[in-house]
Amino acid sequence: MAEMIYQSPKSIEEAVNLLAASSGSVNILAGGTDLIIQMQANIDEPRVIIDVKKIAEMTQAELTEDALLLGPSMCCAALTAREDIKALFPGLVESAYLIGSSQVQGRASVGGNLCNSSPAADTVPALIALNAMCQILGPGGERTVKAEDFVTGVGRNCLAEDEFLRCIEIPRPEPNTADAYLRFIPRTEMDIAVAGAAVSVTVKDGICSSARVVIGAVAPTALLVPEAAACLIGTDLGTADLSAAAAAATAAATPITDRRGTVEFRKHIVGVLTKRAASIAFQRAKEN
Amino acid sequence: MKTHVTTRINDETVEFLCEPQQTLLHVLRNELGLTGTKEGCGSGDCGACSVTVNDRLVCSCLVLAVEADGAKIGTIEGVASSDKLHVIQEKYLEHAALQCGICTPGLIVSTKALLEENPNPTEAEARYFLAGNLCRCTGYDKIIKAVMDSAKSLNQGA
Repeated sequence: MAEMIYQSPKSIEEAVNLLAASSGSVNILAGGTDLIIQMQANIDEPRVIIDVKKIAEMTQAELTEDALLLGPSMCCAALTAREDIKALFPGLVESAYLIGSSQVQGRASVGGNLCNSSPAADTVPALIALNAMCQILGPGGERTVKAEDFVTGVGRNCLAEDEFLRCIEIPRPEPNTADAYLRFIPRTEMDIAVAGAAVSVTVKDGICSSARVVIGAVAPTALLVPEAAACLIGTDLGTADLSAAAAAATAAATPITDRRGTVEFRKHIVGVLTKRAASIAFQRAKEN
Repeated sequence: MKTHVTTRINDETVEFLCEPQQTLLHVLRNELGLTGTKEGCGSGDCGACSVTVNDRLVCSCLVLAVEADGAKIGTIEGVASSDKLHVIQEKYLEHAALQCGICTPGLIVSTKALLEENPNPTEAEARYFLAGNLCRCTGYDKIIKAVMDSAKSLNQGA
């Protein structure tokens, strides 16, 4: 069995130094629901594991006047239990609530979901819809990347080998703004998205004044679809407006056929999900 | 290189040595003899290895044993008191909510976590919460009856 080293830094600074000093295969351990399975599949590969969950700020969430500062390793069960966060970002919380079982939600985190960079990740479209910013730290200092620019391909992201995600910053929504996330799976729970859609809308005097539409699991990365948002802005989300947004989402999707769904099905269903998520977000925005 | 881990399992301090790649499930069963926790899939899909870590329900096959250092672990062995079954265990027996028994320890640990978080769940809430515990024998109906009856008994202080 190959040598494996486990480190559990107690501070952000210690984590940066450990990451810079480690060579070879280095993995940040958050909830481990993806990483531990990958480790077991490649048991002969030597690696360094840096568990960041002993760093308090990595597993906590703070609501400031301007933003939610989400510790990337906060488990989904802790996140979905936070009523204050749910009230502001219902779509993000529902995306976290859809990941795996109760047991998986006790470990899996939004930051882990982002860094694992699966095309089907549920929380990634929700983060993009909310204009989330990823604070990335490395030996050269900190940089900030928009959530839509973080994932660069299937299982790939913008992190350099000596960098890690230290915080996800989500700006507080404007008044009368709300989000929603929906996905399609063949059963009622415990599955991976065949397609997903996250929508955030702002409503002024019954009219949508701004919108962000993001589709998931229908391309190598989650896609921001401004063409779909444009169909919603300036409207009261009537039937024709929603159908136009659905058609724009369908047109933007470039899915693959696999055992969970065909290209045709995924393109169709992502339009339906866009329409429904937009309606839910619109209703929520009118009510808050 | 073996790591020395000090943890609390079912309110007792436990120390062990483990390799960094060993899972908590492996150490519980093979090093500590706590074989009540079962291995089903080993990939976090079936829930047979459910335990609590710092009061949070998790699959012990997806936790590294080294992560238990300084943590508080709850396993099926800690559910009953020394001379008496827990109400949830009694209700599983009463409703015949088990057949082969492999899923049962995980289901009981999960049921306890559910009822601590939500003492009065609806049937739908109970079914969703327990969706990560697979049972291939019962068809779930008897399990859900046992869960709902457990909630009723616990709420009545029985």
